[in-house]
Parts: sequence; C-alpha cells; structure tokens
Amino acid sequence: MSGGVRHYPGFAAIAALCLAILYLPLGVVAVYSFNASTSITAWGGFSWRWYIDVFQGPEAPRFRAAAWNSVTIAFLAASVATAIAVAAAVAMVRSGRFRGKSATFALISLPLMVPEIVTAVATLIFFSTIGLTPGYLTILIAHITFCIPFAYLPVAARLSGIDPAFEAAARDLYASRGQAFRLILLPLLAPGIVSGWLLAFIISLDDFIITNFVKGAGMETLPTAIFGSVKQGIKPNIMAISTMLLAVSILFVTLSWLAGRTGRRAAAPS
Amino acid sequence: MAEAAVVVRDAVKLYGGVVALDGVSLSIRDNEFFTLLGPSGCGKTTLLRLIAGFERLTSGAIALHGQDIADLPPDRRPVNTVFQHYALFPHMTVLDNVAFGLKMRGVGLAERRRRAGEMLEMVHLSGFAGRFPAQLSGGQQQRVALARALAPGPRVLLLDEPLSALDLKLRQAMRVELKTLQEETGITFIFVTHDQEEALTMSDRIAVMSAGRLQQVGAPREIYEEPVNRFVADFIGETNLVPVEVGAVAGGLAPVALPGGAVLQLAAAPGSEGRHHVSIRPERLRLAPSGAGQLSARVERIIYKGTDLQLVARMAGGGELHVRIQNTARADLPPPGAEVGLVLGEGAARLLAD
Repeated sequence: MSGGVRHYPGFAAIAALCLAILYLPLGVVAVYSFNASTSITAWGGFSWRWYIDVFQGPEAPRFRAAAWNSVTIAFLAASVATAIAVAAAVAMVRSGRFRGKSATFALISLPLMVPEIVTAVATLIFFSTIGLTPGYLTILIAHITFCIPFAYLPVAARLSGIDPAFEAAARDLYASRGQAFRLILLPLLAPGIVSGWLLAFIISLDDFIITNFVKGAGMETLPTAIFGSVKQGIKPNIMAISTMLLAVSILFVTLSWLAGRTGRRAAAPS
Repeated sequence: MAEAAVVVRDAVKLYGGVVALDGVSLSIRDNEFFTLLGPSGCGKTTLLRLIAGFERLTSGAIALHGQDIADLPPDRRPVNTVFQHYALFPHMTVLDNVAFGLKMRGVGLAERRRRAGEMLEMVHLSGFAGRFPAQLSGGQQQRVALARALAPGPRVLLLDEPLSALDLKLRQAMRVELKTLQEETGITFIFVTHDQEEALTMSDRIAVMSAGRLQQVGAPREIYEEPVNRFVADFIGETNLVPVEVGAVAGGLAPVALPGGAVLQLAAAPGSEGRHHVSIRPERLRLAPSGAGQLSARVERIIYKGTDLQLVARMAGGGELHVRIQNTARADLPPPGAEVGLVLGEGAARLLAD
C-alpha cells in the first residue's frame, strides 16, 4: 500500500503527541542528570557531578550493594529461566499434538497477562505460607518465575522456524537423541536463546513491584533503592542513576533484537 | 535371484484415524534401484520414513537383510537418507557435514577427513570442503547431501524426492548421475518420487502407490506397457481410457467391443465381462482415412508440442481421443472438423481392471 497510514488525517499530530508523552519525561530526566545545579527544575550548566555522586557520594555504598544484587539476580534468573524456556519450547514445538497443549501454552504465558500486583501478592503469600524468609532467595525464585515467558517466546519462535529434518538427518547419521540436540539443535537455536536470555535479564533488572513485595527488610535491588531515595525527595543523583539504568536497558533490548535478527537471516533456507 | 535387501510385510500406518499405509508388502532386492512412485498423499514418503526409522509402524514388519528393524531407532539402522530439502547442517562446513555420520560412529579425525574427502571427490566437489552450505548452489547442495548419506557406507540409501528442488536441466543431468552412482557403488537405492518420467528413466523396478496401497510393482517397461489397472495406466505416461463392452471370457481372451462397433480379442481375467475400459497409448494410434481403422472420430484441434504434435479428436459417442504424431508428418494432417479413422497397432489396447 502506497503511503498507508501516514495519509490518514491527523496522523502526524497524534504520532507526535504519543511520542512526546512517552519519551519527553525520559528525555528530561536524561538531560537534567547532567545539570550542574542541585535544583531539579532550573538548568545550571553541564556537569558530571551527579554521576560522580552516585559512585562516590554518601549514598554510594547503598547503590553499589543494590546494583550488585540486581545484576547477580538478573544473571541467575535469566539463566535458569532460559534453561527452563528451552526445555518448554522443545516440548511444545517438537512433540506434535498432545492433550492440553493450548492450556500449557496459556500457563507458560500467564505472567505476561496477569496484573503484576496480583502475582506479587500471591508470591508473597506463597512464600510466607511455606515459611521462606524474604530475602535474596525469594527475589531470585520470583524473578525466575516471571522471566520464563520472556525467555520462552524468542526461543519458541526460533525453534518453530528450524526444519525438523535437521534433527532427523542427525539421527539418521547415527547421532543419539542427546547428540542431535547438543550438536545440531542447540547451535541452530543459539540466536533465540541469546535473545531470550537478554530479554529475561532486562526484565529482571527492571522489576520493581514483585521485588518490593518479596524482598524483605534491608534487602535492596536497584529499582527498590531508587524508590527508597525518591521517597525522601527527588535529588539529581536519582536522575543520573535512572539514566544509567535506561542506557543499560536500551543496550540489552537492542542486543536481543539484533541476536534474533542475525539468527533469522543465517537460518533462512537458501 | 539376489538376496532381499528390504522386506516389508503387511505394513500399516495410522495417523490418528487417517490411514497412511494400508497393508503394504514388498521385497526390495540387493543392489537394486527401486522407486516408490505415486501422487502426493499416496503413502510413499511414509513408507520411506518407516524404513529410515523416523516413524513407527502401527502393525506389520520391516526387515533389513533378514534382521527385523521395526523397533530400532534411526541411529541404529544401517541405512542413510538424502532429504528432500537436503537438511545440510547450516552451521557446519561441507567437510564436517559429510564427516558427521563417521564422527557419530566413532571414526577418528584423520580417517573421517580422508573418507569425507573421497566422498566429495566422488561427487566432484573436492574444492568446496571448507564452504558452508549456504554458499553452494542447489545442485551442489544436492551432491553434498548425497556424499553425506553415502559416507558411512550404508547398504541401503533412501532418497526422498531429492531432485524436486532442482531446475529441469540439472534434474535431467542428476538422473543420469544418480543411476551411474548406484551402479558403481552397488548400494540399494530406494527412491521416492511423484515424477513418472524420473521413475521410468532410473529405476530397475517401480512400485506404483495410491491411497496407501501398492497398485503394481514391476520393471519400467512392464509398468508402462502392461498396467494392471486404471490408476496405473492413467498415472504413468499419458493414455486414452476408452469405455468398452467385454463379452464372455474364454481361454484368457474375450471379445471387447469398442465404441463404434469394432471388436478386438484382448487378454482378460475370468469374470471380467461387462462394462470396462481399455487403455490406448496416444503413440500407438495411427491416423487413417475416414471409414478405415477400428475407431472413427472428428478432429477437434492440433496442439504443437515441439518434437511431436498432439491431435485431439472426439469419437461419435462423445469421448475424447489423443493421438501423438511425430513432427515430421506435419504436412498430411487433417484439418479440424475432418472425419478420420484411427488404426490400433498390434497390442495397442489393453483391458484394465477398475
């Protein structure tokens, strides 16, 4: 279609409004993180002072501990969730039809649709019922759970694009089931796995609601630490740390997209 | 007769409630080029996948050189497969692809490199060992797939429509090459195709399949000249199916009345009296002046086909007849609308079971 949606009346105005609402606040935060003044509204010239403050100021130890928790939890949660997602994808995509397949898919993608606050409350009740003390472990378990669908979707999409004849050919050439999986399917699946892992990592890194419910006292991740600081008033150092988190998110989402894209090109039949 | 390479007995395969194979029994000889031929959905690929081990029989038995293999997984059957779209591993080089089967069998690095190199030489691709499959043309990928399947030294090679993705010229060249390769290696080839010309050109024997059943098994000449039923006659080559009235069978022969009244004595099975069809190949009909010959018809049109011409005529009863005429005879052709007689050569008509 030539022109398409661009020619609808009011397209430009609506698009500009949406983009402004979505990205102007982020832009303001990013710009003001370089503000030399202590005010969060008046521009006082360019400066790195709030970035230095994040690493060396009075709140630095707190932020450093929170960042360490965030990164290690995201790494572990993404890794475990991706492993589970690969197993689930192979079962779902390669096993043909079985009873309850649609129900299983709905169950896997449930965390994408259930309001996060509901999952948060339910997870908290679950942990206190089984007597698990809130802390690092409870955050990790909760993160693994809600990361699975994010890792699952790119892996399953990739897998359904891989011709089952590759595995059949490997079996035909005397590979065992395990060898066919390890030597043929896994390398072909790699771009989907990388993409899924990166997505799961960033979802875990950014999570606030569920983490805030299950973290317990004294335990902080970066988002909860930022929230804690903001409650005592917004200081420019929060803008600096938010901008850094934003940069990391953009980087990972871009990498995830690139991994999915290059993989698709390489696997396309010639 | 040589020892049987593959014996299939009463093979039945159901997918859910759908019958893919409905009691197939056949015996494939050692060193034979054997083709499974039929339209899509006839069960030929299912039968191949059962021999390879990708599918499990619902009932029946499959034996390879006397050993029952019905319950063995594909990695424990000494057969290898050339897949329809080759299924070359895209993340491995050509050499690693060809050496894969040897590696899985525990052959050492130096030895498997040497043998993979020999295989590539055999398919004329020695210079391509370090390339990746995506860097090869369709014909080259096809050769790599062949080399890969032959490298472990199977006694039976399965080929699942391996030429269907190639263009016409290459397909014709590969037919000759495949046949030569089969004769040189002495390996039993089981070849699946829906292309009757491919089957006739390469095979020692052909099994024609339809609706999950074997229709006829025989040498290409037998299948073409002596089709046992209407399906085989219609599927292999081009033919005219002419409705006839069969009289009393005596001594293996029966009087068969053609439309228009001419009566032929044709081979007939006992009890085949009544309305049936005869098959008459278009190249076995000869044009004659009106009134001569066993059939009469009116010329409708003449189709130019290059090496020959196809004359389409309509019989008095309404049925259409195709007559193939060599392009050299062009000058004497009757114009459309002309009444002509048609002469059936010796053995041109064959009475068919339905």
